[in-house]
Amino acid sequence: MQVEKTQEFRPKIVAFCCNWCSYAGADLAGSSRLSYPADVKIIRVPCSCRVNPMFILRAFQRGADGVILCGCHPGDCHYTTGNYYARRRMTLLFSMLDYLGVENGRTRVEWVSAAEGVKFSATMNEFVAKIHSLGENVRLEDLRCKRD
Amino acid sequence: MQERLVERAKELLADGTVVRVLGWKQGDLGYNPEPAYFNSPEELKDFVYDGFCGANLSKYMIQAGKLEGNTLVFLKPCDTYSFNQLIKEHRVKREKTYIIGVGCKGTLDVEKIKKAGIKGIESISQEGETLKVQTIYGERELPFMDALLERCTVCKGKTHQVYDELIGAQEGEEAGPTGNRFAMVEKLEAMSPKERFAFWQGELSRCIRCNACRNVCPACSCLKCVFDGNQFDSAQKANADTFEEQMFHIIRAFHVAGRCTDCGECSRVCPQGIPLHLLNRKFIKDINTFYGEYQAGEDTDSRAPLTNFTFEDVEPGVVGERGRK
Ligand code: SF4
Ligand code: SF4
Ligand code: SF4
Repeated sequence: MQVEKTQEFRPKIVAFCCNWCSYAGADLAGSSRLSYPADVKIIRVPCSCRVNPMFILRAFQRGADGVILCGCHPGDCHYTTGNYYARRRMTLLFSMLDYLGVENGRTRVEWVSAAEGVKFSATMNEFVAKIHSLGENVRLEDLRCKRD
Repeated sequence: MQERLVERAKELLADGTVVRVLGWKQGDLGYNPEPAYFNSPEELKDFVYDGFCGANLSKYMIQAGKLEGNTLVFLKPCDTYSFNQLIKEHRVKREKTYIIGVGCKGTLDVEKIKKAGIKGIESISQEGETLKVQTIYGERELPFMDALLERCTVCKGKTHQVYDELIGAQEGEEAGPTGNRFAMVEKLEAMSPKERFAFWQGELSRCIRCNACRNVCPACSCLKCVFDGNQFDSAQKANADTFEEQMFHIIRAFHVAGRCTDCGECSRVCPQGIPLHLLNRKFIKDINTFYGEYQAGEDTDSRAPLTNFTFEDVEPGVVGERGRK
Protein backbone atom coordinates (compact mmCIF):
# COMPACT_ATOMS: atom_id res chain seq x y z
CA MET A 1 0.00 0.00 0.00
CA GLN A 2 1.29 3.37 -0.88
CA VAL A 3 1.21 5.99 1.83
CA GLU A 4 0.19 9.22 0.27
CA LYS A 5 1.82 12.42 1.30
CA THR A 6 -1.14 14.41 2.38
CA GLN A 7 0.60 17.25 4.10
CA GLU A 8 2.01 20.02 2.01
CA PHE A 9 5.64 20.93 2.50
CA ARG A 10 6.09 23.18 5.52
CA PRO A 11 9.65 24.43 5.54
CA LYS A 12 11.51 24.71 8.81
CA ILE A 13 13.27 28.02 8.84
CA VAL A 14 15.52 29.40 11.53
CA ALA A 15 16.19 33.13 11.75
CA PHE A 16 18.98 34.35 14.00
CA CYS A 17 18.16 37.97 14.82
CA CYS A 18 20.36 40.48 16.54
CA ASN A 19 18.81 41.94 19.67
CA TRP A 20 19.72 45.51 18.72
CA CYS A 21 18.31 45.70 15.23
CA SER A 22 16.44 42.98 13.40
CA TYR A 23 14.83 41.52 16.52
CA ALA A 24 13.37 44.97 17.17
CA GLY A 25 12.64 45.10 13.44
CA ALA A 26 10.60 41.93 13.83
CA ASP A 27 8.73 43.56 16.72
CA LEU A 28 8.03 46.57 14.61
CA ALA A 29 6.79 44.37 11.81
CA GLY A 30 4.44 42.78 14.33
CA SER A 31 3.13 45.99 15.80
CA SER A 32 2.70 47.41 12.31
CA ARG A 33 0.57 44.34 11.50
CA LEU A 34 2.87 43.23 8.73
CA SER A 35 2.82 39.49 8.36
CA TYR A 36 5.46 36.92 7.73
CA PRO A 37 5.05 33.12 7.60
CA ALA A 38 4.90 31.20 10.86
CA ASP A 39 7.49 28.79 9.42
CA VAL A 40 10.16 31.22 10.52
CA LYS A 41 11.43 30.52 14.01
CA ILE A 42 13.30 33.45 15.46
CA ILE A 43 16.25 32.98 17.78
CA ARG A 44 17.39 36.16 19.48
CA VAL A 45 21.14 36.70 19.72
CA PRO A 46 23.06 39.62 21.25
CA CYS A 47 24.92 40.31 18.01
CA SER A 48 25.17 38.75 14.56
CA CYS A 49 28.74 37.95 15.54
CA ARG A 50 27.46 35.79 18.41
CA VAL A 51 26.31 33.25 15.88
CA ASN A 52 28.92 30.57 16.07
CA PRO A 53 29.03 28.76 12.73
CA MET A 54 28.21 25.65 14.73
CA PHE A 55 24.75 27.11 15.48
CA ILE A 56 24.01 27.12 11.79
CA LEU A 57 25.34 23.60 11.36
CA ARG A 58 23.21 22.57 14.33
CA ALA A 59 20.09 24.02 12.75
CA PHE A 60 20.71 22.11 9.52
CA GLN A 61 21.69 18.97 11.38
CA ARG A 62 18.35 19.10 13.17
CA GLY A 63 16.48 19.39 9.89
CA ALA A 64 16.22 23.06 9.02
CA ASP A 65 15.37 23.79 5.39
CA GLY A 66 16.77 27.28 5.51
CA VAL A 67 18.73 29.51 7.90
CA ILE A 68 18.83 33.27 7.79
CA LEU A 69 20.94 35.59 9.88
CA CYS A 70 19.87 39.18 10.40
CA GLY A 71 22.15 41.79 11.86
CA CYS A 72 22.74 45.53 11.94
CA HIS A 73 23.81 47.23 8.75
CA PRO A 74 27.59 47.35 8.32
CA GLY A 75 28.78 50.35 10.26
CA ASP A 76 25.86 50.25 12.69
CA CYS A 77 26.88 47.33 14.91
CA HIS A 78 26.06 47.91 18.57
CA TYR A 79 29.50 46.53 19.37
CA THR A 80 31.10 48.48 16.51
CA THR A 81 32.58 45.68 14.42
CA GLY A 82 30.78 42.42 15.22
CA ASN A 83 28.88 42.27 11.96
CA TYR A 84 32.06 42.69 9.90
CA TYR A 85 33.47 39.51 11.42
CA ALA A 86 30.13 37.75 11.04
CA ARG A 87 30.09 38.76 7.39
CA ARG A 88 33.37 36.98 6.69
CA ARG A 89 32.47 33.91 8.69
CA MET A 90 29.10 33.50 7.07
CA THR A 91 30.46 34.01 3.58
CA LEU A 92 32.92 31.18 4.08
CA LEU A 93 30.49 28.95 5.95
CA PHE A 94 27.70 29.33 3.39
CA SER A 95 30.12 28.58 0.62
CA MET A 96 31.26 25.47 2.47
CA LEU A 97 27.69 24.35 3.07
CA ASP A 98 26.99 24.80 -0.62
CA TYR A 99 30.08 22.71 -1.36
CA LEU A 100 28.71 19.97 0.88
CA GLY A 101 25.35 19.96 -0.84
CA VAL A 102 23.22 22.45 1.14
CA GLU A 103 22.63 24.75 -1.82
CA ASN A 104 23.28 28.39 -1.37
CA GLY A 105 19.67 29.56 -1.59
CA ARG A 106 19.05 28.01 1.83
CA THR A 107 21.39 30.33 3.64
CA ARG A 108 21.19 34.08 3.75
CA VAL A 109 22.46 37.10 5.61
CA GLU A 110 20.34 40.24 5.61
CA TRP A 111 21.05 43.53 7.35
CA VAL A 112 17.84 44.82 8.94
CA SER A 113 17.69 47.77 11.31
CA ALA A 114 15.23 48.28 14.15
CA ALA A 115 13.32 50.77 12.00
CA GLU A 116 12.95 48.40 9.07
CA GLY A 117 9.84 46.43 9.98
CA VAL A 118 8.78 46.51 6.36
CA LYS A 119 12.10 45.14 5.19
CA PHE A 120 11.96 42.44 7.86
CA SER A 121 8.62 41.13 6.77
CA ALA A 122 9.47 41.42 3.07
CA THR A 123 12.75 39.57 3.59
CA MET A 124 11.10 36.75 5.49
CA ASN A 125 8.32 36.36 2.93
CA GLU A 126 10.81 36.27 0.15
CA PHE A 127 13.08 33.81 1.93
CA VAL A 128 10.23 31.45 2.77
CA ALA A 129 9.09 31.57 -0.86
CA LYS A 130 12.62 30.72 -1.94
CA ILE A 131 12.79 27.73 0.40
CA HIS A 132 9.39 26.61 -0.86
CA SER A 133 10.73 26.60 -4.38
CA LEU A 134 13.83 24.65 -3.34
CA GLY A 135 11.76 22.06 -1.49
CA GLU A 136 13.03 19.77 1.21
CA ASN A 137 16.67 20.06 2.20
CA VAL A 138 19.21 17.28 2.20
CA ARG A 139 19.54 15.75 5.65
CA LEU A 140 22.81 17.08 6.93
CA GLU A 141 22.60 14.64 9.82
CA ASP A 142 23.05 11.88 7.26
CA LEU A 143 26.33 13.31 6.04
CA ARG A 144 28.11 10.41 7.63
CA CYS A 145 25.53 7.69 7.12
CA LYS A 146 25.69 6.50 3.58
CA ARG A 147 22.74 4.29 2.81
CA ASP A 148 23.41 1.88 0.04
CA MET B 1 71.91 13.36 2.95
CA GLN B 2 70.99 11.32 6.01
CA GLU B 3 74.67 11.06 7.01
CA ARG B 4 75.14 14.81 6.65
CA LEU B 5 72.17 15.48 8.91
CA VAL B 6 73.39 13.05 11.57
CA GLU B 7 76.89 14.51 11.41
CA ARG B 8 75.63 18.07 11.83
CA ALA B 9 73.30 17.00 14.64
CA LYS B 10 76.25 15.46 16.49
CA GLU B 11 78.22 18.70 16.12
CA LEU B 12 75.38 20.79 17.47
CA LEU B 13 74.91 18.43 20.41
CA ALA B 14 78.63 18.47 21.10
CA ASP B 15 79.06 22.24 21.09
CA GLY B 16 76.03 22.65 23.30
CA THR B 17 73.88 24.60 20.84
CA VAL B 18 71.12 22.12 21.52
CA VAL B 19 70.50 19.43 24.10
CA ARG B 20 68.21 17.29 22.01
CA VAL B 21 67.37 16.53 18.44
CA LEU B 22 63.90 16.10 17.01
CA GLY B 23 63.95 13.97 13.91
CA TRP B 24 62.68 10.70 12.48
CA LYS B 25 63.70 7.22 13.52
CA GLN B 26 63.36 3.88 11.85
CA GLY B 27 59.92 2.36 12.34
CA ASP B 28 59.09 -1.32 12.48
CA LEU B 29 58.65 -1.52 8.71
CA GLY B 30 60.80 -0.21 5.92
CA TYR B 31 58.36 2.56 5.12
CA ASN B 32 57.10 3.99 8.38
CA PRO B 33 59.71 6.10 10.13
CA GLU B 34 58.29 8.00 13.07
CA PRO B 35 59.05 11.29 14.83
CA ALA B 36 61.48 10.85 17.71
CA TYR B 37 63.72 12.69 20.15
CA PHE B 38 67.43 11.90 20.23
CA ASN B 39 69.17 12.94 23.41
CA SER B 40 72.67 11.78 22.71
CA PRO B 41 75.01 11.16 19.75
CA GLU B 42 74.66 7.40 20.33
CA GLU B 43 70.90 7.50 19.95
CA LEU B 44 71.32 9.12 16.54
CA LYS B 45 72.20 5.74 15.06
CA ASP B 46 68.47 5.15 14.59
CA PHE B 47 67.99 8.46 12.77
CA VAL B 48 66.57 8.23 9.26
CA TYR B 49 65.77 10.72 6.56
CA ASP B 50 64.22 9.23 3.45
CA GLY B 51 61.18 9.54 1.22
CA PHE B 52 58.90 8.23 3.96
CA CYS B 53 59.75 10.97 6.43
CA GLY B 54 56.56 12.78 5.54
CA ALA B 55 55.77 13.53 9.19
CA ASN B 56 55.80 17.27 9.83
CA LEU B 57 57.74 17.85 13.05
CA SER B 58 56.50 21.39 13.69
CA LYS B 59 53.73 20.40 16.06
CA TYR B 60 56.10 18.39 18.24
CA MET B 61 57.96 21.61 18.89
CA ILE B 62 55.08 22.80 21.08
CA GLN B 63 56.02 20.10 23.54
CA ALA B 64 59.75 20.46 22.97
CA GLY B 65 59.55 24.16 23.71
CA LYS B 66 58.40 23.34 27.23
CA LEU B 67 61.44 21.18 27.92
CA GLU B 68 64.71 22.39 29.40
CA GLY B 69 67.27 23.54 26.83
CA ASN B 70 67.23 24.09 23.10
CA THR B 71 66.02 21.64 20.51
CA LEU B 72 67.32 20.97 17.03
CA VAL B 73 64.53 20.24 14.58
CA PHE B 74 64.62 19.21 10.94
CA LEU B 75 62.00 20.84 8.79
CA LYS B 76 61.15 20.23 5.16
CA PRO B 77 60.14 23.30 3.14
CA CYS B 78 56.39 22.81 3.63
CA ASP B 79 56.87 22.07 7.34
CA THR B 80 58.33 25.52 7.85
CA TYR B 81 54.98 27.10 6.99
CA SER B 82 53.44 25.23 9.90
CA PHE B 83 56.25 26.28 12.20
CA ASN B 84 55.82 29.92 11.21
CA GLN B 85 52.11 29.68 11.82
CA LEU B 86 52.78 28.20 15.27
CA ILE B 87 55.14 31.10 16.05
CA LYS B 88 52.36 33.46 15.10
CA GLU B 89 49.95 31.67 17.41
CA HIS B 90 52.51 31.77 20.25
CA ARG B 91 52.60 28.01 20.47
CA VAL B 92 56.29 27.38 19.84
CA LYS B 93 59.39 29.15 21.10
CA ARG B 94 61.57 30.29 18.24
CA GLU B 95 64.44 31.21 20.56
CA LYS B 96 64.59 27.67 21.94
CA THR B 97 64.65 26.09 18.51
CA TYR B 98 67.49 25.50 16.11
CA ILE B 99 66.04 24.78 12.69
CA ILE B 100 67.85 22.91 9.98
CA GLY B 101 65.92 23.27 6.76
CA VAL B 102 66.31 19.99 4.91
CA GLY B 103 66.06 19.59 1.19
CA CYS B 104 63.10 17.58 -0.03
CA LYS B 105 62.51 15.74 -3.27
CA GLY B 106 58.97 14.84 -2.37
CA THR B 107 57.63 12.35 0.13
CA LEU B 108 56.09 9.03 -0.67
CA ASP B 109 52.75 7.39 -0.10
CA VAL B 110 53.05 3.71 0.57
CA GLU B 111 49.36 3.27 -0.21
CA LYS B 112 50.05 4.31 -3.79
CA ILE B 113 52.79 1.69 -4.02
CA LYS B 114 50.40 -0.94 -2.68
CA LYS B 115 47.70 0.20 -5.09
CA ALA B 116 50.13 -0.36 -7.94
CA GLY B 117 49.78 -4.03 -7.07
CA ILE B 118 53.04 -4.37 -5.14
CA LYS B 119 52.48 -6.72 -2.24
CA GLY B 120 54.63 -7.99 0.61
CA ILE B 121 56.90 -4.96 0.78
CA GLU B 122 60.13 -5.47 2.73
CA SER B 123 62.14 -2.40 1.89
CA ILE B 124 62.15 0.43 -0.59
CA SER B 125 65.10 2.26 -2.01
CA GLN B 126 65.44 5.01 -4.53
CA GLU B 127 67.66 5.05 -7.60
CA GLY B 128 67.33 8.18 -9.66
CA GLU B 129 63.73 8.49 -10.76
CA THR B 130 62.92 4.88 -9.93
CA LEU B 131 61.86 3.22 -6.73
CA LYS B 132 63.17 -0.24 -6.18
CA VAL B 133 60.85 -2.21 -3.95
CA GLN B 134 62.08 -5.41 -2.34
CA THR B 135 59.14 -7.68 -1.71
CA ILE B 136 58.85 -11.21 -0.47
CA TYR B 137 58.11 -12.07 -4.10
CA GLY B 138 61.25 -10.44 -5.44
CA GLU B 139 62.18 -6.98 -6.65
CA ARG B 140 59.66 -4.63 -8.24
CA GLU B 141 60.13 -1.20 -9.76
CA LEU B 142 57.94 1.88 -9.87
CA PRO B 143 58.54 5.44 -11.12
CA PHE B 144 59.20 7.74 -8.14
CA MET B 145 56.58 10.22 -9.38
CA ASP B 146 53.84 7.59 -9.28
CA ALA B 147 54.32 7.10 -5.56
CA LEU B 148 54.32 10.74 -4.44
CA LEU B 149 51.96 11.84 -1.71
CA GLU B 150 49.09 13.88 -3.10
CA ARG B 151 50.37 17.02 -1.37
CA CYS B 152 53.76 16.67 -3.06
CA THR B 153 52.19 16.61 -6.50
CA VAL B 154 51.06 20.19 -5.78
CA CYS B 155 54.14 21.25 -3.80
CA LYS B 156 54.16 24.81 -2.48
CA GLY B 157 57.80 25.20 -3.47
CA LYS B 158 61.12 24.23 -2.03
CA THR B 159 61.77 27.48 -0.19
CA HIS B 160 62.12 27.28 3.58
CA GLN B 161 60.19 30.05 5.31
CA VAL B 162 62.15 29.92 8.55
CA TYR B 163 65.49 28.26 9.38
CA ASP B 164 68.89 28.69 10.96
CA GLU B 165 70.77 26.75 8.33
CA LEU B 166 70.00 24.69 5.25
CA ILE B 167 71.27 21.26 4.34
CA GLY B 168 70.58 19.79 0.93
CA ALA B 169 68.61 22.87 -0.09
CA GLN B 170 69.43 26.29 -1.46
CA GLU B 171 67.84 29.58 -0.62
CA GLY B 172 64.95 30.31 -2.95
CA GLU B 173 64.99 26.96 -4.67
CA GLU B 174 62.51 26.22 -7.44
CA ALA B 175 59.21 24.52 -6.90
CA GLY B 176 58.85 20.81 -7.47
CA PRO B 177 56.13 19.27 -9.55
CA THR B 178 53.27 21.68 -9.27
CA GLY B 179 49.81 20.84 -10.41
CA ASN B 180 46.73 22.93 -9.77
CA ARG B 181 45.89 22.14 -6.17
CA PHE B 182 42.33 23.38 -6.65
CA ALA B 183 41.56 21.13 -9.62
CA MET B 184 39.45 18.68 -7.62
CA VAL B 185 37.74 21.47 -5.67
CA GLU B 186 36.74 23.02 -8.98
CA LYS B 187 35.46 19.71 -10.21
CA LEU B 188 33.25 19.38 -7.14
CA GLU B 189 32.03 22.96 -7.48
CA ALA B 190 30.86 22.15 -10.98
CA MET B 191 28.62 19.33 -9.72
CA SER B 192 25.03 19.75 -8.62
CA PRO B 193 24.36 20.12 -4.87
CA LYS B 194 22.86 16.62 -4.79
CA GLU B 195 25.93 15.10 -6.41
CA ARG B 196 28.18 16.96 -4.00
CA PHE B 197 26.20 15.71 -1.04
CA ALA B 198 26.47 12.17 -2.33
CA PHE B 199 30.20 12.60 -2.85
CA TRP B 200 30.80 13.82 0.69
CA GLN B 201 28.47 11.26 2.15
CA GLY B 202 30.52 8.57 0.44
CA GLU B 203 33.77 9.97 1.73
CA LEU B 204 32.83 11.00 5.25
CA SER B 205 30.82 7.87 6.02
CA ARG B 206 34.08 5.96 5.97
CA CYS B 207 35.47 7.97 8.88
CA ILE B 208 36.06 5.95 12.03
CA ARG B 209 36.61 9.02 14.24
CA CYS B 210 40.10 7.97 15.17
CA ASN B 211 40.91 11.68 15.53
CA ALA B 212 44.25 11.19 13.81
CA CYS B 213 43.62 14.13 11.49
CA ARG B 214 43.10 16.42 14.45
CA ASN B 215 45.96 15.01 16.46
CA VAL B 216 48.48 15.45 13.69
CA CYS B 217 47.32 18.87 12.52
CA PRO B 218 49.66 21.73 13.49
CA ALA B 219 46.72 24.13 13.43
CA CYS B 220 44.81 21.92 15.88
CA SER B 221 46.90 22.76 18.89
CA CYS B 222 44.13 23.86 21.26
CA LEU B 223 44.80 22.86 24.87
CA LYS B 224 41.20 21.82 25.15
CA CYS B 225 39.63 20.81 21.90
CA VAL B 226 35.88 20.99 21.41
CA PHE B 227 36.01 17.33 20.53
CA ASP B 228 37.48 16.32 23.87
CA GLY B 229 35.04 15.06 26.47
CA ASN B 230 34.55 17.70 29.13
CA GLN B 231 33.52 15.42 31.97
CA PHE B 232 36.79 13.63 32.47
CA ASP B 233 40.32 14.77 32.05
CA SER B 234 40.93 12.77 28.93
CA ALA B 235 39.79 12.79 25.35
CA GLN B 236 36.75 10.58 25.42
CA LYS B 237 35.38 9.54 22.14
CA ALA B 238 32.60 7.69 23.92
CA ASN B 239 31.38 11.04 25.16
CA ALA B 240 30.79 12.33 21.67
CA ASP B 241 27.29 13.50 20.94
CA THR B 242 25.62 13.04 17.60
CA PHE B 243 26.14 16.63 16.58
CA GLU B 244 29.88 16.58 16.93
CA GLU B 245 30.01 13.11 15.47
CA GLN B 246 28.15 14.12 12.34
CA MET B 247 29.66 17.55 11.88
CA PHE B 248 33.22 16.70 12.95
CA HIS B 249 34.91 17.34 9.62
CA ILE B 250 33.16 20.60 8.86
CA ILE B 251 33.74 21.98 12.34
CA ARG B 252 37.39 21.09 12.28
CA ALA B 253 37.86 22.49 8.79
CA PHE B 254 36.22 25.72 9.90
CA HIS B 255 38.38 25.97 13.02
CA VAL B 256 41.53 25.79 10.96
CA ALA B 257 40.24 27.98 8.10
CA GLY B 258 42.69 30.79 7.52
CA ARG B 259 45.29 29.04 9.68
CA CYS B 260 45.65 25.82 7.72
CA THR B 261 48.86 25.95 5.70
CA ASP B 262 47.71 23.08 3.48
CA CYS B 263 50.55 20.99 4.87
CA GLY B 264 48.60 17.89 3.92
CA GLU B 265 49.22 16.00 7.16
CA CYS B 266 45.53 15.31 7.80
CA SER B 267 45.04 13.53 4.49
CA ARG B 268 48.37 11.74 4.89
CA VAL B 269 47.52 10.17 8.24
CA CYS B 270 43.85 9.36 7.67
CA PRO B 271 43.67 5.56 7.85
CA GLN B 272 40.53 5.64 5.74
CA GLY B 273 42.03 7.64 2.90
CA ILE B 274 39.48 10.44 3.20
CA PRO B 275 40.54 13.45 1.06
CA LEU B 276 40.36 15.96 3.91
CA HIS B 277 42.44 18.43 1.93
CA LEU B 278 39.40 19.01 -0.28
CA LEU B 279 37.65 20.66 2.66
CA ASN B 280 40.63 22.80 3.65
CA ARG B 281 41.35 23.81 0.09
CA LYS B 282 37.77 24.93 -0.41
CA PHE B 283 38.26 27.43 2.41
CA ILE B 284 41.67 28.44 1.06
CA LYS B 285 40.27 28.93 -2.41
CA ASP B 286 37.36 31.02 -1.12
CA ILE B 287 39.65 33.12 1.07
CA ASN B 288 41.91 33.77 -1.91
CA THR B 289 38.97 34.75 -4.08
CA PHE B 290 37.10 36.89 -1.58
CA TYR B 291 39.83 38.45 0.52
CA GLY B 292 42.94 38.24 -1.62
CA GLU B 293 45.67 35.63 -1.90
CA TYR B 294 46.66 34.39 1.51
CA GLN B 295 49.09 31.68 2.48
CA ALA B 296 49.06 30.81 6.16
CA GLY B 297 52.55 30.41 7.57
CA GLU B 298 54.22 32.60 5.00
CA ASP B 299 54.83 35.23 7.68
CA THR B 300 54.44 35.57 11.43
CA ASP B 301 52.64 38.89 11.72
CA SER B 302 49.80 39.19 9.21
CA ARG B 303 46.23 39.06 10.48
CA ALA B 304 44.53 35.82 9.63
CA PRO B 305 41.59 36.24 7.24
CA LEU B 306 39.01 35.28 9.83
CA THR B 307 40.29 37.62 12.51
CA ASN B 308 40.30 40.48 10.08
CA PHE B 309 37.85 42.42 7.93
CA THR B 310 37.58 45.39 5.64
CA PHE B 311 34.62 47.72 5.25
CA GLU B 312 34.37 46.70 1.60
CA ASP B 313 34.20 42.92 2.15
CA VAL B 314 31.89 41.02 -0.15
CA GLU B 315 28.42 40.22 1.16
CA PRO B 316 27.65 36.54 1.88
CA GLY B 317 25.22 36.63 -1.05
CA VAL B 318 28.25 36.55 -3.33
CA VAL B 319 28.37 32.79 -2.87
CA GLY B 320 25.17 32.42 -4.86
CA GLU B 321 26.06 35.01 -7.43
CA ARG B 322 29.31 33.42 -8.60
CA GLY B 323 27.93 31.91 -11.81
CA ARG B 324 25.69 29.14 -10.59
CA LYS B 325 25.88 25.76 -12.10
S1 SF4 C 1 44.07 20.92 8.34
FE1 SF4 C 1 45.44 19.39 7.39
S2 SF4 C 1 46.56 20.55 5.82
FE2 SF4 C 1 45.66 22.07 7.21
S3 SF4 C 1 47.24 22.49 8.72
FE3 SF4 C 1 45.96 20.84 9.56
S4 SF4 C 1 46.97 18.93 8.96
FE4 SF4 C 1 47.83 20.60 7.70
S1 SF4 D 1 39.19 20.79 16.09
FE1 SF4 D 1 39.01 22.93 16.67
S2 SF4 D 1 38.99 22.93 18.91
FE2 SF4 D 1 39.84 20.95 18.24
S3 SF4 D 1 42.05 21.24 18.20
FE3 SF4 D 1 41.27 21.65 16.13
S4 SF4 D 1 40.96 23.87 16.08
FE4 SF4 D 1 41.12 23.25 18.23
S1 SF4 E 1 41.89 10.67 10.32
FE1 SF4 E 1 40.28 10.03 8.89
S2 SF4 E 1 39.19 8.35 9.93
FE2 SF4 E 1 40.40 9.44 11.50
S3 SF4 E 1 38.97 10.95 12.35
FE3 SF4 E 1 40.12 11.98 10.72
S4 SF4 E 1 38.82 11.72 8.90
FE4 SF4 E 1 38.12 10.24 10.42
